[in-house]
Formats: sequence, structure tokens, C-alpha cells
Amino acid sequence: MQLILEKRAQASHFMHFASPLLAISLTVLLGGVIFSAMGQPPLTALYIYFVDPLTSLWAIEEVLVKAAPLVLIGVGLSITFRANVWNIGAEGQLTAGAILGAIIPIFFAQWQSPLALITMLALGMLGGAMLAAIPALLKTRFGVNEILTSLMLVYVAQLLLDWIIRGPWKDPHGYNFPKSVAFDGWHLIPTYGDGRVHMGLIIALLAALILYWLMTRTIKGFEVRVIGSAPRAGAFAGFSQTKMVWFCFLLSGALAGLAGIIEVAGPIGQLQPHISPNYGFTAIIVAFLGRLNPIGVIFAGLLLAISYIGGEGVQIELGISDKTAQVFQGMLLFFILMCDTLIHYRVRLLKPQGGAL
Amino acid sequence: MSISNPSKSATSVLLEVHALTKKFGDFAANKGVNLVLEAGKIHALLGENGAGKSTLVKMIYGALQPTSGRIVWQGKELHIDNPAAARELGIGMVFQHFSLFEALTVAENISLALPAQLRNKDLNHRIASLSKDYGLPLNPDALVADLSVGERQRIEIVRCLLQEPRLLIMDEPTAVLTPQEAEALFATLNRLTNEGCAVLYISHRLEEVKQLCHDATILRHGEVVAQLDPQQETAATLAQHMVGTSVHQISRQSADNIGDVLLELQNLNQYSDTPFGVDLLGINLQVRSGEIVSIAGIAGNGQGELFAAISGETVNADRDAVTIQTMPCGQLGINARRQLQSAFVPEERNGHAAVGEFSLTENILLSHHAVRDGEVAVQNGWSGINRAELARINQHVSDTYDVRSASVDAEAGSLSGGNLQKFVVGRELDRKPKVLVINQPTWGVDAGAAALIRQVLIDLSRQGSAILVISQDLDEIFELSDRIAVISRGQLSAAYGASDMTREEIGLLMSGAHEKANLIQDQTGGI
Repeated sequence: MQLILEKRAQASHFMHFASPLLAISLTVLLGGVIFSAMGQPPLTALYIYFVDPLTSLWAIEEVLVKAAPLVLIGVGLSITFRANVWNIGAEGQLTAGAILGAIIPIFFAQWQSPLALITMLALGMLGGAMLAAIPALLKTRFGVNEILTSLMLVYVAQLLLDWIIRGPWKDPHGYNFPKSVAFDGWHLIPTYGDGRVHMGLIIALLAALILYWLMTRTIKGFEVRVIGSAPRAGAFAGFSQTKMVWFCFLLSGALAGLAGIIEVAGPIGQLQPHISPNYGFTAIIVAFLGRLNPIGVIFAGLLLAISYIGGEGVQIELGISDKTAQVFQGMLLFFILMCDTLIHYRVRLLKPQGGAL
Repeated sequence: MSISNPSKSATSVLLEVHALTKKFGDFAANKGVNLVLEAGKIHALLGENGAGKSTLVKMIYGALQPTSGRIVWQGKELHIDNPAAARELGIGMVFQHFSLFEALTVAENISLALPAQLRNKDLNHRIASLSKDYGLPLNPDALVADLSVGERQRIEIVRCLLQEPRLLIMDEPTAVLTPQEAEALFATLNRLTNEGCAVLYISHRLEEVKQLCHDATILRHGEVVAQLDPQQETAATLAQHMVGTSVHQISRQSADNIGDVLLELQNLNQYSDTPFGVDLLGINLQVRSGEIVSIAGIAGNGQGELFAAISGETVNADRDAVTIQTMPCGQLGINARRQLQSAFVPEERNGHAAVGEFSLTENILLSHHAVRDGEVAVQNGWSGINRAELARINQHVSDTYDVRSASVDAEAGSLSGGNLQKFVVGRELDRKPKVLVINQPTWGVDAGAAALIRQVLIDLSRQGSAILVISQDLDEIFELSDRIAVISRGQLSAAYGASDMTREEIGLLMSGAHEKANLIQDQTGGI
């Protein structure tokens, strides 16, 4: 007896949607095994991890706060990956957007108007797009692999932030802490009532809807899908591969930059050395879990947001390191890539062969 | 590999296949196939595309495992677990698509595929002597990138011969050869069989099967439909066995309404971007309204590059290099050229002319999105894609060109080769183009679909369109063309009247009789 993978005649639509659910189940299952290996009661730990975040208003708010940047970055990446362009550097573009957008509250603190906020958001998008333009240029001009360049630029952006926040942009009255001045007034994203949920969530949902429309209704979305599926057919249709690389990097970079400025102008409220718990990398998982579909990304973003809150939950209640969240996210990506094999292949039992069969 | 009880057989029988079946899911690619190969004989395996020829030989070569049935090699029943096991038994195979590293030498390529004990210092010497012996001259130190397709095939053959095969499987070996090169190959095969080797010869060129082969097995839909002596048959009866019905005869009136030049290539030079592509050098050609001009040539002599240069997938530096309907458009992209009422059909159906995982209506959009032929546009900027109009065109193409699919809007990749080709040809013809450029119109397509496609091409030209056909299939070229030109190593011969051309003359041009040495020098001294 032997298991073999056999190519399906046609891609399975059922598995296309079942694969993420299967991956989630496998993640929960293996998560339970890991918890019990750590000496924790697996069911309790899983309950704290996945269910607790949904049982209190406070926690649900926190989930939504974390989902906003994940969805915003994830939708951009979902289109980029569809086109077979691999922007792995959203974390850096997020940082670049935060830095550029923070110019307004740090250097033009007196300018208080809705226009100031809009300018901040625009600068955030510009910052992300500018950083993303570097791998696009290297890819289209010199054929450099964009996975490496976009990833390496993450560290460039993060170290740049670290330097300016410990040097020139440090709050002069901040007791030498590596922080900028606290943003204030129209330099902060409006929140709903007294809670922490902010307008960034609406912006993220709006971005998802617009990109869904772009992908399904316009020729641009068609172009993304053609180039991603069959580059030569793209050339036959008269679509430019080079322009597509630029489009994808600028779009996903701008959205990551927007997420960055929204984070510092929202939940954080100032510029500091660490502004993101790896939202830019987690968004890669969000994009794949969401089937590279902007609407799917909304749900995937919510699920991954729960994994952050759940990680904090098990740390508080069971004393397990909140790095658990990263383990769960890693397992999820691993399982989803594995289960996606089943879209194009089926598993069969190979019976022992012989003449008399 | 596991060996079970031996069965009785005559000594000259090398390989027996009993009731071999191979299923992929519910689909049976081979159903109860029986085959007997004798030492010293060339056995033809015939069948249309998708008849199951490749599946059968892959099982014999160990690349696929049968679902049921028996393989008996020299009287012993056995399982061939993988190609290495097959080679160890003495089964060699020359594939249609070579797996060679272009940046390595002949000897290096051969040594990569040999078992360790055969890789030693005098390999170069043995390659040289063996290849000379069998009339397949090869320089062991030559870089593969510098070799012609025919020479590359020799590498694959010599690679097999070094392991002293008892059975040599050849998959459409002459598809890439000039008539002269094919003759040389036949001499080699005859010599091998005289030495007692068996050859399993896959081809769909019926004339050469008649000339070369001792026995023939014909497959249709995965089943053996006939086992016969090809010398006793005509090409027509062989074709009838393959297709199952008699093939539609193409009607072709003489081209008496030749009009203006609608497509003109003027000193077209296009240097390849990739190190192993072919440079196009000084190409001149005129195609007039009402005629079909064909470009013959062996694969890999610049046909793909020429198609890209004419269609605008590759943009030229010189605007006068390509003129469509009096408009110089060398510097324009493919959609600007389409707007000059031209249409293009590339060689590769799946992945170039169509996206396999897209529906048929979406594939209509692929080449129609930037042109507006009808009253309704298929798309209109930001206001989106007109799906109703796309569906209407798709339905029309499907009805007019007899595209058979599971549903009218099936995934393109689920169509058979012939039906997908009818779709991509129909999609372009539905625009009633004044200029049509089509690369390998019926490559790997079943006989029925091929006849339909050839007929619609002739009909379109007789309605006053200019058609340029690029093809490797001489039968097709003679069937379709009013004039014939030949491409070799990126240079195009003059176009001669089809009735004045013979296969031999085309063969000479294929091997470069018209090439100009000064152009080649330009090329090396050029960039």
C-alpha cells in the first residue's frame, strides 16, 4: 500500500474553498498537541486561544484593531500574488509609510485641520510606494529577484526608523525615551466612541471592496489574472509584464504604507522603534488564507487577528510565551500551502500491482 | 523490480504487452492493449493525438505504472519501476522534446544521463566513433547551443546507443528533421534492426511509416483498433483506421482574386533577447489580399520569433519593418496592430493563445479587449467588462466552428487539443480580419479538426483576406498555400509559387541553401 498524488483533470472548486478550512482544523489539532506537549491542558488552552478573544467586548475591539492593518495590507498582497509578483517586504513598506506620514505631526504640529490628516495618509501611501518602487525598479530594469530585495529592504526601513527615533526625531521633552512627540488632534485617526476601534477599519473594508470590484469587473483585474496565470498569454493580449510589476508593487506598497501611518496615528499615537507585531509578514498568510480574493482576505484578516489576541491570552492565563502566536501563524501557512496541493491533485491509495487485478 | 513466473515465448519476441490498462481517475488512457515487439523489426505505433500512444510507451519505459495488465520482457513477466530500470533491461527512448543542457557540451550532456560505470575517460572517444559508425556524426566537444535540432536529436540517439539497447523507442523523431535528415535517420534505424535491435516507432507521418516500418499497431481512444502490415496499406487507409471515419477532403479553388499587399515585411531585423533565441535577419515578404502564403521550416529556426515580430508581441525598432494595410507599424504593440484589422494565432494553444484555467468567454476577452469590431464593445474602460457581449461572441464561435466542450463556457484547459484550436482560430476569424498570421495551425490536432481549420483558412483568403501560415507540416503547406517561403536560422527565402515547389526543393531551403553568409557575419559582428 502506498499513497500517491494524482493530478486532477480539472482544478477542484470544492477544495479551493475547503482547503483553508482543512488547514485551520489541522492547525487547531496540532496546536492542541503542542499545548499538551508543553504540559498544558490542550482543550483549555485552545479555548483561551481561539474562543476567549470573542467573548468580551474589549477583546473583540482588540481583534478589530488588529484586523484593520492585516486586511489593508492583505488585500494589496492578494492582488500582487495573483499576478505572480512577490512582494515580501510589506513590513518595510508599512514602516516607510509610518515614517513619511509622521512628518506632519512631528514637524508641522501646529497645522490642525482635517486636511492635515488627509495629507498624513497620503504621505503614508507615498512612503510605502516609494520603498516598494525599489524592488520594482530592480526587477524590471535588471531582472533582480524581487523576493530578496523586498525582504531585505524591510530591515533597511526598520533600522532607519530606529535611528531617526533615537536621534533627530526624538521628542526633546521625552526624558530621552526613543519616542516622538505624542500625536494629537487632527493628527490622530478618529475612533468610534471611547473605544480603540478606529476609522482604519472602514478604510480597510473599503479597500477590500474596491479591489474586489477591480479584480472582477475591470480589464485591469483581468490583466492581473492573465499575467499571473500565463505570462505569454499576457503578451498575446498586449499586457505589459513590466507595467504589471510596477502596478503591483506601487499598489501593495501604498496600502502597506497606509496601514503603517494608520497604526502610528491610531492605536499607537506616536512614532516609536516598534510599530508593528509583524503585520506585514502576517498579511502574507492572510492573503493566502483568503484565497487571494479581497473578500476572503477580510475573513482571513479577522482570523489572524484572533491569533494575536489568543497569543496574548495564553501568555496571561497560562504563562506560555506569546511567541505561540507566531507558531500558530507559521503552522497555518504551512498547512494551507500543503492543503492547496489538493486543489490540483487527489490522494489515492496505490494498490499492490500484479497481473491478476 | 520484481520478477515473477516466466512465460513461454518464441526467441525472437523481445517484448509482449498483455491487456495493459492505464486509468487516470475514471478516464482510461489505455484499455486492454496488446502488443508484440520482435527483435530486428521496426514497429510503428500510430494514432491521433490523445489516442494513448504516449501513455503506452511511458509504461514500457517505466515512466508510468499500468493500472492492470502484464509486461513480458524476453519471456519473463516483470514490473518496470522507473526509466532507470528500463534502461538497465536495454530499453532506450528518444523523446520528442529533448532534455539537453544548452550550455554544456555534447559529451557532458551524454555523461549526465549515463550510469556511473559508463562515465569514464574514453567517453569522448566512444561517442565520436559510435556516432560516426552509425552515420550520426557528432563532435563531443561542441556546445549544444550551437547545434541544429537534428544534431541535438543525434545526441539523444547516441546516448541510447551507448547503453547498447535491445529496444529503442522513438517518439515522432522526424517532426523536427528536414527530409534529407530524416533519410539519414532511417538508414541508422535500418542498420540497428539489422543488428537485432527492435524499434518502436511513433509517428503520424503515414508515408514514412509505410516506407520504414515492418508492423504497425493503431490506437484509437486508448484501444488497439488494428494491427497490420503498413506496406500493404495506403496512407488513406491508415488514416481511416486512425480517425475511424474517412477524412473530409478540402476544397480549394484557385486564387484568382489576388489584390493589394496587405501585409509587408521590409528588411525586418530582430535580435533575440535570450542567448538561445534565434535572430531574424533581413526578412522581406509580401502577402496580398486573396492569397495564402506559407512559411515552411524546421522547428526552432525563428518561427516563434517571426510570429512575435509580426504580431507585435515583440516591438521592432524600425517602424517600416512591418506594414499592415499600408500602415507602417513596426513600433506598435499587438493591440495597435489588431486595430488595423489584423489577427494572430500563436503556436501554443494553452498558455499563449488561451489561458487554460479561464473560461472560454474570458478567453474571448484575451484578444478582443482592445479592439472594437462589432457595434458593442466587449469592455469599456472603468465601466467594466461586457459579459453579455463576450458570451454572445463565444456562442457564435462555438456554433460556427464546431467547438465541442462539456458546457458552452467550460474552462479552456478542459477542451481537447483539436477543440481548443478550433476555438482560438474561430475567435480570431470571428473578427473577419483582413490580415491573419497563424503559427502551426493544426499542430497536434486530430484529423477532423485539422480539415475544418484548413478549410476556413482557405475560405477566408478567398473572401479577400491576406493569410500568412507558419507551419512545419509539408502536407499542410501544400494543401493550403498559393506561395511558399522557407525559414532557416532566422533568414527567409523568397516566396515561390506552390505549384512550382517540390519537397526536395523545400528540404534544400530548410537546410539553408538561401542563407546569405554576409548576414551571418553581420550577426556575429553585430551587437
